[in-house]
Amino acid sequence: MSLVDVTDLTVEFGALRAVDGLSFRLEEGAALGLVGESGSGKSTVASALLGLHRGTGATVGGSVRVAGTDVGTASDEELRRLRGGRAAMVFQDPLSSLDPYYAIGDQIAEVYRVHTRVSRRAARARAVRVLERVGIPDPVRRSRSRPHEFSGGMRQRALIAMALACEPDLLIADEPTTALDVTVQAQILDLLHTLREETGMGLLLVTHDVGVAAESVDEVLVMRHGRLVEHGPVGAVLAAPAQPYTRELLGAVPRVEARRTAGEQPSEKSGGPLPDARRPDADGPRADSVRADGPRADGRRAVAGPSDEVVLEAHGLRREFGRGKRALAAVDGVSLTVRRGETLGVVGESGSGKTTLGRMLVGLLEPTAGEVRYEGRVSSGVNPAVQMVFQDPVSSLNPRRSVGESIADPLRARARGGRGARGGRARDETAVRARVTELLERVGLEAAHYDRYPHEFSGGQRQRVGIARALAADPSVIVCDEPVSALDVTTQAQVVALLGELQRELGLALVFVAHDLAVVRQVSDRVAVMRRGRVVEEGPADEVYESPRDPYTRQLLAAVPALDPAVAARRRAERRRAERREPALT
Amino acid sequence: MSGFGGLPGFVLRRGIGTVLTLFAISVIVYVVFYVTPGDVAQITCGPRCSPAQVHQVAEQLRLDEPLHVRYWHFIEGLVVGQDYSTGTSVEHCRAPCLGLSYQSDQQVTGLILAKLPVSLSLVFGAMVLWLILGIGTGVLSAWRRGRLTERLLTALTLAGTATPVFVIGLILMIVVCGELQLLPFPQYVNLTDDPEQWAWNLLLPWLSLALIEAASFARLTRSSMLETLAEDHIRTFRAYGVGERSIIGRHALRGAFAPVIALNANNFGSAVGGAVLTETLFGLPGIGQELVHAVNVVDLPVVVGMVLVIGFFVVLANAVADVLYAVADRRVVLS
Repeated sequence: MSLVDVTDLTVEFGALRAVDGLSFRLEEGAALGLVGESGSGKSTVASALLGLHRGTGATVGGSVRVAGTDVGTASDEELRRLRGGRAAMVFQDPLSSLDPYYAIGDQIAEVYRVHTRVSRRAARARAVRVLERVGIPDPVRRSRSRPHEFSGGMRQRALIAMALACEPDLLIADEPTTALDVTVQAQILDLLHTLREETGMGLLLVTHDVGVAAESVDEVLVMRHGRLVEHGPVGAVLAAPAQPYTRELLGAVPRVEARRTAGEQPSEKSGGPLPDARRPDADGPRADSVRADGPRADGRRAVAGPSDEVVLEAHGLRREFGRGKRALAAVDGVSLTVRRGETLGVVGESGSGKTTLGRMLVGLLEPTAGEVRYEGRVSSGVNPAVQMVFQDPVSSLNPRRSVGESIADPLRARARGGRGARGGRARDETAVRARVTELLERVGLEAAHYDRYPHEFSGGQRQRVGIARALAADPSVIVCDEPVSALDVTTQAQVVALLGELQRELGLALVFVAHDLAVVRQVSDRVAVMRRGRVVEEGPADEVYESPRDPYTRQLLAAVPALDPAVAARRRAERRRAERREPALT
Repeated sequence: MSGFGGLPGFVLRRGIGTVLTLFAISVIVYVVFYVTPGDVAQITCGPRCSPAQVHQVAEQLRLDEPLHVRYWHFIEGLVVGQDYSTGTSVEHCRAPCLGLSYQSDQQVTGLILAKLPVSLSLVFGAMVLWLILGIGTGVLSAWRRGRLTERLLTALTLAGTATPVFVIGLILMIVVCGELQLLPFPQYVNLTDDPEQWAWNLLLPWLSLALIEAASFARLTRSSMLETLAEDHIRTFRAYGVGERSIIGRHALRGAFAPVIALNANNFGSAVGGAVLTETLFGLPGIGQELVHAVNVVDLPVVVGMVLVIGFFVVLANAVADVLYAVADRRVVLS
């Protein structure tokens, strides 16, 4: 009998069919990856395996058997024995997945005691043992820590320890490494791999990241809109996808090995002549009133591709947070130059100071020391010519304002600041609307979207709104802080293409801040690698990626999941050898 | 890491903060009363006083002195004590001296010390009841969310919030003492004199005050628990087969702790001086009643003294809440 046997599974939330007629099996000790973009229903499947939809109002059809338990018909008591006992789940966000008020060892012990009739002491000892097993140093002491005293990687290890406590037959991991840095991700995936080898438990890995699946599973199941697209051995599916969607998905995945191509040649979409956002004759005379006139705008337009002219410079930038003994330098002496029309990628893990640096470049944060120069002049405070696109397109738009109004804000601010005239208000309003409409169309949205609200848009569309808002101020530099990390890969590819297109046509300089090494390579002319507030390596993208000089850069690149399972296995072996030489812990 | 380590420093900082707060309160009360219209001497002396008598009273009360001088006397009395001439004899008022009542010539410090036990008895007892009733109701309605039990409890707590304390108090008194004659009509007995009678006599005041207050605690507990129940870590424990009883009692209730503590601090502090209706209804000679009386007759020293004591309890209750909060949640650092 299979460990997991799902037949014709359907899950409906009201009118929404999240999973639609899905069937698959997982044998004892095997590993299956459920891969799909957001909304594909992959996490819903994972929850259905433990019967977590029971009592939530969702309608579940078909049959799910896990480790001999029919999840659909099992009593509450049978279900409780299955959960954690025979099949355990590891969740995406290891911080919010643990109770902040209790010690980690106590939480593991509590779960253990649900499934075994042992004393508190014995359960506590078991917790320490499993914590040790997942590589938590000094497990006796650390078991008394609260989750906030653990780093992200250690929290995920603790969650895995909880899963191991009852020696389950099946481990369900729902995006287990999505919230983690790439080097930590590699460690966690290696840990899962080792544990599987040692315990022989089955693994169901839910992930949006094809690379993570390639690293960890034997078989992969691609899902889209709740349906199965393709199912087969991971090597076969990734090397020769049979379905067009799988091909599309794999095509959109940025590759860390690939030299930059996107953005240098026009994509099909931009083949026709698009209205140039800056040409006065393209949008009528009235739009002029809300735009900055002056020679800058026209001088910039002609530029295509990087030039040698430096637009933005950072000199010895330093930023501290906190005072006195608690002061921490998030950015510690960074000097950079950004040339007109080029893309500078800033890559680093969480806590490297890359976001703080980005905020100082646009003037949202005052540096503690050092200075930012724009076109050679020291710039302090917000400079309209340097704009920002934020990571989270949901929270960076006001949910109570229409997107058109959000894009119009910078225009109005400029009209007020620049002219100060009261008389032309009605005329200005018409002009603002015209300009916003133009911007919406420029980023691939429609004029009719002006009066819609952010919640009516998808993530990718919202990010387009964010880009339109940044363009509204007519900037020559845009700092993008993780602009695509909240998006699915296919959407990611579209947004990246849009940025490249805008850069070419408007001669924009981009500072692309991201944790994803592959995306950064895809978009950047030059790359700066940050660690602990400093730039450890900087240079032309291909040079940095192909012959990294700094050991940290090498470590980062080695941790990027490979899309080829054979390469992944080789790299894992290398990492293990390296680990034995110098054990690194999160 | 733990909030406990910073306790001495916290107490010191809070202590200084309390003194400054009380100082600010006293200045405000002095200024407010100074600019309030009405002849204090006339009111103090009574309607039948002759102008000469009124003048004499004004002199005796030092009403002719400018504001800052009077305020200085007040501070002096607090720190080192003061002598008061009451016409024939000289009375020494020991530090901390809050002055003499304009009305009764009694020392305000003594007056407060006499009233305070009554108020504290009322509020402490009521607090225990309102916490039990409120949190219990909140937990029950969070547990039984969406069912009949919850809807009934929601209706009850809504009614509780909407009902004035004297309505509940009157109904209780009429039913329990009048109709059923289970208890005599309440009359305050000192705790030190007869603890049993103290409790029996305070039972109805406790209940009426607690029933009103419990409603807001029930609503707060319920909403914070529901919020916690929607969090990811609750999902983790469900996915590990932990029973609903542990999830509610151990994990979700913990999330309600902080807001309940904060609300309790405020309500306790303000009830010390603010339970006027309950005190009046049940004839309890507490701070609230005395304060209302003192305000009516412009008895400045009594008002200032009472307001300072109430302020002290509000600040104290909040400081205790902060410490409890830091002990309960080690992410909180006392500062």
